Amino acid sequence: MTDALDFRELQTLAAEVLGIDPERVQLPLSFARDLAADSLDIVELMMAVEDRYQVALPEDELQRMTSVGDLWDYLLAHHGDRAAGQDAATA
Amino acid sequence: MATADARPVAVTGLGFVTPIGNDTETVWANLVAGRSGVGPITLFDAADLPTRIAAQVRDFEPERFMDRKAARHLARYCQYGLAAARMALDDAGVDPARLDPDAVGVVLSSGAGGIEEIERNQTTLLARGPRRISPFAVPMMIADMAAGIVAMHVGAGGPNYAVVSACASSAHGIGEAAEIVRRGDAEVMLAGGSEAAITPLMLGAFCQIQAVSTRNDAPERACRPFDQARDGFVMGEGAVMMVLEDGERARRRGARVLAEIGGYAASADMYHYTAPDPDGRGATRAMRRAIAKAGLAPDRVDYINAHGTSTRLGDIAETTAIKAVFGDHSHRLAVSSTKSMVGHLLGAAGAFEAAVCVLAIDRGVLPPTINLDDPDPACDLDYVPNRARPARIDVALSNSFGFGGHNACLVVQRPGRNGVGPPAGDTRIT
Repeated sequence: MTDALDFRELQTLAAEVLGIDPERVQLPLSFARDLAADSLDIVELMMAVEDRYQVALPEDELQRMTSVGDLWDYLLAHHGDRAAGQDAATA
Repeated sequence: MATADARPVAVTGLGFVTPIGNDTETVWANLVAGRSGVGPITLFDAADLPTRIAAQVRDFEPERFMDRKAARHLARYCQYGLAAARMALDDAGVDPARLDPDAVGVVLSSGAGGIEEIERNQTTLLARGPRRISPFAVPMMIADMAAGIVAMHVGAGGPNYAVVSACASSAHGIGEAAEIVRRGDAEVMLAGGSEAAITPLMLGAFCQIQAVSTRNDAPERACRPFDQARDGFVMGEGAVMMVLEDGERARRRGARVLAEIGGYAASADMYHYTAPDPDGRGATRAMRRAIAKAGLAPDRVDYINAHGTSTRLGDIAETTAIKAVFGDHSHRLAVSSTKSMVGHLLGAAGAFEAAVCVLAIDRGVLPPTINLDDPDPACDLDYVPNRARPARIDVALSNSFGFGGHNACLVVQRPGRNGVGPPAGDTRIT
């Protein structure tokens, strides 16, 4: 993992999972309301994000992450936490 | 179903996703030409298996029938089913979304449902743990999902479910759907089957019971029903859907009626998990009742699309049953196994074969049994060997038999009372 995250990478990943064009994935947009993601889509996206960014997304965090921006902010704060995140996930 | 005052159930549309074509005209042309759809397996690496051939769907383009996101979240058997359903509706000129929600239902059957997704997720579970199981695992694995998916995508809100009876699934499904139309619970039913079960586990399991051909060096010659050199069935995949419509409704709207479902009966062998009753008694009872329910005498049947899987036990048991039902007439009617070309579509086989009966009646051609070079002496009927031939067919019977001893027989007949309708090629009711 490099230090600098590339938002375009997240756009591409989310677009692949949600079956939309990458440009549609923008920070202020809600996954459910604006990008037509249902609860299954969101679980799938979060699994893909965990794999790609080597982070763990705890359930309580997921509940709060309704927009692309919420997810992006979380990644900026936690993308270096791989070991700690795995510890938390398996605790 | 068969009484003189019974409401006819019209077949007004067909849709195909098969190893020999993904549209009606290609499928028909290949059937008439006697072309095999069997080839080397490319869906996965089958190098470790004794059987490395199957009849795979080719050139299927899911995006023609659903958007990217839907395609991503639908098991392959659901993709095939949805595609075939859309084609059948287009063929019939029926748009369920413009009708009352209760008017159109779906019975879309499958033998193994999303077995491919079960295997994929089991592999993930073992390799990476339960937190990597796909959130779509359940909807992608269950065998009823294709019926639900079709309803969602085309707007069909009537009766909706799948029938599971192994290789008879979609024959039962079409029969039950015809009954739904006949009793007035829906005006139109989309009925058929879908299967995408050419997977390491399924093929490996069939190999373990020596049910499948190992003629890997000559795939196109591997499926040879009624031939002495047969060595098992060949797995196939695909989906076939038909539009069944209340006959009066079809007449009112000036629909093209390809054929009618005249009778349907089902029975159990009560014999063995996988082997047929050698005397074909269950099959005999089902054939007899289906014909009687159509209000016909057995000698009115012109053509039987046999279950004919290319296994010794099955071919002989079915031949025995046909002789029991038809007596001397068994040597006058024509029998063919189109599995010789398309392989065994398992849960979709009954729908494919009923659709072949529809086309045979509509177009006046008997499709052949290919690879029938040296008939088994115990199989001495007219199996239309190797070459299609023209014939007027008023009444056809489609036989489907599934592991578990499930038997389903469908009588498909020319539109009009008791199969006596306008001449071949002129089936439009106006």
